[in-house]
Amino acid sequence: MDKILLCNIDKPDSHLIDTYIKGGGYKSLKKALKMKPENIVQTVKDSGLRGRGGAGFPAGLKWSFIPKDPTLRKYLCCNADEGEPGTFKDRAIIDKDPHLLLEGMIITSHAIGAADAYIYIRGEFAFGAKRLDEAITEAYEKGFLGKDILGSGFSLDIYVHRGFGAYICGEETALIESIEGFRGQPRKKPPFPALAGLYAKPTVINNVETLACVPAIIERGVEWFKSMGPEKSPGPKIFGVSGHVKKPGLYELPMGTPLREIVYEHAGGIKDDRKLKAVIPGGVSAPMLTEKDLDTPMDFDSLAAKKSMLGSGAVIVMDETTCMVKVSYIISRFFSHESCGKCTPCREGMHWTTNVLKRLEEGDGRPGDVELLESLCTNIFGRTFCPLGDGAVMALRGAMSNFKEEFDYHEKHKKCQVS
Amino acid sequence: MLSEKVKKEIEGSLKKYPTPRSAVMDALRVAQEERGHLTGEEMREIAGILGMEPVRVQAMGGFYSMYNVEKPVGRNHVQICRNISCSLLGAEHLISHMEKLLDIKTGETTGDKKFTLSTVECLGSCGTAPMMQVNDDYHENLTEEKIEKILKGCK
Repeated sequence: MDKILLCNIDKPDSHLIDTYIKGGGYKSLKKALKMKPENIVQTVKDSGLRGRGGAGFPAGLKWSFIPKDPTLRKYLCCNADEGEPGTFKDRAIIDKDPHLLLEGMIITSHAIGAADAYIYIRGEFAFGAKRLDEAITEAYEKGFLGKDILGSGFSLDIYVHRGFGAYICGEETALIESIEGFRGQPRKKPPFPALAGLYAKPTVINNVETLACVPAIIERGVEWFKSMGPEKSPGPKIFGVSGHVKKPGLYELPMGTPLREIVYEHAGGIKDDRKLKAVIPGGVSAPMLTEKDLDTPMDFDSLAAKKSMLGSGAVIVMDETTCMVKVSYIISRFFSHESCGKCTPCREGMHWTTNVLKRLEEGDGRPGDVELLESLCTNIFGRTFCPLGDGAVMALRGAMSNFKEEFDYHEKHKKCQVS
Repeated sequence: MLSEKVKKEIEGSLKKYPTPRSAVMDALRVAQEERGHLTGEEMREIAGILGMEPVRVQAMGGFYSMYNVEKPVGRNHVQICRNISCSLLGAEHLISHMEKLLDIKTGETTGDKKFTLSTVECLGSCGTAPMMQVNDDYHENLTEEKIEKILKGCK
């Protein structure tokens, strides 16, 4: 498959607008500016593009919820808060091909009628924020941003908003709160952002990779996009592979590529030729899979059928030496650290699971700890204000259902069975 | 006291948003960039510029983990990732190694104020694990030797 999303990143000076234009960049924008906004929305809808941030919601459908009233101010927010452990795909686009993202954002803004757009980038990506600022300046100079873009009558300003260390701001309503100058805590839905989002105005929030797919859809068309991957989740997908593999990194492949192919062919197989023990297929919220599931196609529906999820496509590979109690402790500690504190089941529950897992891991487990963890999962799942608590529980349950004996061993023998 | 440079940058940020309050994160960041941490006085000044109650600005400083509120850090803030992908490839060992090299525990600052060592939960660079951030710069595929070289190169 030709690379679409990562086709520029290895070019010298790939971040500069001249490099991007030389490679055919901003051609789609010119085409899109001649299209009616509703036709762009329909094209993206027809393409079947599903959000690459984790939820997998159809992008065109999301755009179609924006009211058509031209007197209403509307916003586009790009979610560049990439914070789910295992995920490192958006940073490659931001750092090395920022104009691909900007072109996608300008087309999307035209489609939904937004005159202002924000890129919410995590604070740690200081280099990326600088790159985006420079790219935005270049785009203004070429007339791709600002007033009356390329004489089309459409005007747009894009701004970079830097987060400052809060994973929860990747949740769309927390992201909005953060741009507005509040603590990044999720809002109750409804109203959904499409009706009342940023500054209570209709707002679309899309992930970097989702927006980066848009120029190619406009340029090459719906049928081309749908020719890749399964019918219900087509298109290219960046898989970020990390952990115990020989060649960790980013692999752009058709959606639906089997997990086995990603791990053993593209990422080179298990480091030091050890045996594979488990794989987290889509960032730490996604329940882990084992050897028996390796032929699962990596797409939203196939992974859901395996009671896991594609999430951000962040594949974390663990070999036979990995202790699943330790992995669960690290994941739980992450969610506990990142709980925004708004609701009790998440704030207290994640702290509690982390403490129990820590003592099990350190050999201080108490009788009944495994049962306690199961009970905590039951009392957190479905009872939290936003999906953070659910994600944490799904990860822990995934580990406990696949490797229950390891948890029991830790509790009973106060030591690890594996390492 | 906020410097004139910081005040000017805050004014620039105000232009990005329809409400002044939205500029609070930028304001806190640029203020922090000067000395590495934020004081109560600086946060009160920011509140004055943005027309916010000081307690609301302090709440922002407390919520977002990258703001160092009343918590001075060394000239080089070394933040090493300890989440899953980095841990699988030896982050804990490297953290211990760095504690020995700097003769401090995680969370502490060296006596000469040159280094502060922190651990963080995922910096989004998992394919090049283990990794760390020194001030704004990412350092990836870390080994003991690489860490020693990076620390030696810090001013």
